[in-house]
Amino acid sequence: MAKFSTIRWLALGAALALGAPSIQAQQAPIKLGELNSYARQAAFTVPYRNGWQLALDEINAKGGVLGRKLEIVSREDGATTGDATRVADELVSREGVSLLFGSFLSNVGVAMADFANQKKIVYIAAEPLTDAITMAQGNRYTFRIRPNNTMQVGMLVDQAKASGAKRWAIVAPNYEYGQSAAQAFKRLIQERVPGAEIVVEQYPALGKIEAGATVSALEQAKPEGIFNVLFGPDLTQFVREGNTRGLFEGATVLSLLTGEPEWLLPLKDEVPAGWTVTGYPWDQITEPKHKAFVDAYRAKFNDTPRLGSLLGYMVVYMIRDTLERAGSADTEAVIKALEDAKFDTVIGPVTMRGIDNQSTMGAWVGRLALKGSTGGMTDWTYKDGTSFMPTEAEVKAVRKD
Amino acid sequence: MDPSFLAVQALSGLSSASSLFITACGLTIVFGVTRIVNFAHGSLYMIGAYTAATLVPRLLEFSFGPVSFWAGILAAALIVGLIGVVIEVLLLRRIYGAPELFQLLATFGVVLVVQDLVVQVFGPEDILGPRAPGLRAPVDILGRRFPSYELVLIAAGPVVLGLVWLLLRRTRFGMLVRAATQDRDMVASLGVNQSMLFTGTLFLGAFLAGLGGALQIPRVSANTGMDLSIIAEAFVVTVVGGMGSVPGAFLAALVIGQLQAFGILIFPKSTLVVVFLLMAVVLAIRPYGFFGRAEVIGGSHAVGIASHKPLPGRPFILLVVIALLACFPLVADAYLLKVATEILIFALFAFSLQLLIGVGGLVSFGHAAFFGLGAYGSALAVKWFGTPMEAALPLGLALAALGAALIGAFVVRLSGIYLAMMTLAAAQIIYAVAFQWVDVTGGDNGIVGVWPATWATSPVAYYLLTTALTLVAVLLLKRIIDAPFGYALRAARDSEPRAEAIGLTIRRHRWLAFILSGAAAGLAGGLYAFSRGSVDPSLLGISTSVDALTMLLLGGIQTVTGPLVGAAALHFLRDFVMPLTAHWRLLLGLVIIAMVLIFPRGLAGTIQHWREERA
Repeated sequence: MAKFSTIRWLALGAALALGAPSIQAQQAPIKLGELNSYARQAAFTVPYRNGWQLALDEINAKGGVLGRKLEIVSREDGATTGDATRVADELVSREGVSLLFGSFLSNVGVAMADFANQKKIVYIAAEPLTDAITMAQGNRYTFRIRPNNTMQVGMLVDQAKASGAKRWAIVAPNYEYGQSAAQAFKRLIQERVPGAEIVVEQYPALGKIEAGATVSALEQAKPEGIFNVLFGPDLTQFVREGNTRGLFEGATVLSLLTGEPEWLLPLKDEVPAGWTVTGYPWDQITEPKHKAFVDAYRAKFNDTPRLGSLLGYMVVYMIRDTLERAGSADTEAVIKALEDAKFDTVIGPVTMRGIDNQSTMGAWVGRLALKGSTGGMTDWTYKDGTSFMPTEAEVKAVRKD
Repeated sequence: MDPSFLAVQALSGLSSASSLFITACGLTIVFGVTRIVNFAHGSLYMIGAYTAATLVPRLLEFSFGPVSFWAGILAAALIVGLIGVVIEVLLLRRIYGAPELFQLLATFGVVLVVQDLVVQVFGPEDILGPRAPGLRAPVDILGRRFPSYELVLIAAGPVVLGLVWLLLRRTRFGMLVRAATQDRDMVASLGVNQSMLFTGTLFLGAFLAGLGGALQIPRVSANTGMDLSIIAEAFVVTVVGGMGSVPGAFLAALVIGQLQAFGILIFPKSTLVVVFLLMAVVLAIRPYGFFGRAEVIGGSHAVGIASHKPLPGRPFILLVVIALLACFPLVADAYLLKVATEILIFALFAFSLQLLIGVGGLVSFGHAAFFGLGAYGSALAVKWFGTPMEAALPLGLALAALGAALIGAFVVRLSGIYLAMMTLAAAQIIYAVAFQWVDVTGGDNGIVGVWPATWATSPVAYYLLTTALTLVAVLLLKRIIDAPFGYALRAARDSEPRAEAIGLTIRRHRWLAFILSGAAAGLAGGLYAFSRGSVDPSLLGISTSVDALTMLLLGGIQTVTGPLVGAAALHFLRDFVMPLTAHWRLLLGLVIIAMVLIFPRGLAGTIQHWREERA
């Protein structure tokens, strides 16, 4: 009996060995390194992982890229700059990945940009939105797909002009992303709305807001407009307190990212109707390509897409197009293929501007409305990023390269 | 400032204080009886919020009304109470006799496990609970709207205080709890069923944590960051109030609530520092908090390096180790060298903590302060003055030593758990400064571009530099441990009164130990900054302090080689296991718990013990 099974094992081994050449005939896969805060920011990153997984499966089902399969080595970035750079180092030196993409928090993004510059490897920022990544800390190895803070704030400020609000309050989480967005808002509101002033600012620590006290501190200054950068649990508390205390009544509220499903869904029926937000009304976008993406996503994961899903999906497809054009996964070739390249994405054409490596991907801007028991966006338009980007002179003034 | 605004702000502060008190009250009762600082208390609070946010909506669908809502809140708190019982029976019961450091780490292991399990059970998204029926409308206070639910919360604090007071004063269980808080050994010798008492206490503590969490659902969405954000504040409340004192916790919560409500008006950008500053100030004035009492110094402190005869052949072994370390670049690739460099750095960091804990018996929860100061000192020198690496490293060391001298001066007046908490407060204050003083420290972005000098840029050169400096520092510390100074520290650790009786100046010795340990940790921090190329506030955070403690525990606290083995073991886990699994926190937590239960002596300690047994 034992003997028989040994023979069977041998036969199996032989079969595998004979089959092996056909596996080896294909070239080794192209490895991409991916890292993100899957533990700490699961609300955004889990749908995002689904998105890139979907794109990866689709690409590989069609034969991969340059005749090779794509492989994504995914890691947890620990949500701190130290952990992220260590993990990135491991991806580059041990896994031998051709390029890196990912990360959520802006401070981690800034550290990753520095790392990419040191190691001379391409890094594509997924969710970090701070301007620094493509401006002051920018370098030729670091690219970003999403519209940065200045662009998204610019879209909101344009909406705010009509309201006539002059006295503004700012509330933002006290870390890179919040500070960067607040600065962009201060700059843009004074440029574009004559006579506007900031009457009160509150910077609660990320995840530690004292919502009641913060709301009444804002209320005390009697602002006509409120600019909000809070997201996640901080936002839910702020909205509840604000709704109860009537902070938002009669005030124009501009809010970054609140229209994105990952931050909107947890608000349930507390959705503050009438806020002007940037977001992602995925269920109302009618372009066939986008519909196909949504259908594929829903079929595969039995869940509705978030903005993270769209982003993960787009990033991988843009990487594929880049590799096709570059003809190899060599860093210099990839950079050449990315700079000023046009991409045809599920949300339409997007260009990667060469002077600051910031793409022209836009955002959906609209109003929040309560629809049944959850919130959604109404009166929205897709704003292409091109006209909101920092001018060439602004970029040249702050970038070191 | 008009009076209505001040009134509303004060009320907001009161409602925060109530929530904080209900949670911290459980922590302080558990500490009073079991002497365990339960890190997992925040996790119980989080489970309470999640349970209530999932349970209450179902009950409200079943029958809408206040009865369902409050029944759901109570049910959630009871469920958490039962979870507390499970934790007690499976884990805490086995480690009551262990040194407090081990207890702390074991409960931190529970924190890690719960963080992963919560995502598994409740999903990654925040869950917003329903508002309380009948309390949706705001109340008008001096022409301003104020949420009526917050008024209920304000009342809930004193109500819980009253009920707990009744329980402690009017029931047999309460009498035993008070007795155990006074003198645990006496209660045991009087034949009281200890295990029942402890299980009951844990149930009560966990119930209160769960209640605190469940009451939050109309204000806060249940989210995965709740545990750590509440635990720091709850610690502050229990310490400021005096460990084990319920009225003290109430008073401390009131003070902190007001500080936070008005603090954001004065320092909108430095909210983090206020709470820990209060703790430091209170402990500097009253070493045992508002109503705490001096702790009876028990035998549990006396764990650490014992005196021993030097083994024959030690210099030879040392030479072999040095040779092996020096030859390592011949076989390792760039990444392995990087890992080895970091292991050496962390070994030095853990070893510097060994001087405080293993030799001095001073359990520090804030050792990250010195590591971080060393890293920041070097990085700031590079950023602001463009100093080369050769000068920046000593500057980092000097800054850390200076910080240790300052912190140590406050800390050595304290003992036991208050000492540990003071070090934690100091580290948190420095963390908050680094995080919120953006102009100088770069805030949470930290400082990038801290790269070594040209001759040390190659991984091999930097590895050899790290090896040399680490070896020199470790051997110096080792020499200090074996010197009369080290013996004096051990004497003070084992018996303060006797050490004082033979004329040792305990405080001065301990202060010096702090400075030495801080300087060594600072050197490690500086080396780390140049190895990584950047610094950020997380180097000063609680998790870095816990890492150092974990390394000590993994390696073993009773041996000199322990920290070195522990650093290697932890890094190995991080580097080779973290990439393999999405549940690395769960795994790390279980490893820590297993270590505490199975190898309380640690890896190196177990081997040494086993060798001694054979001899």
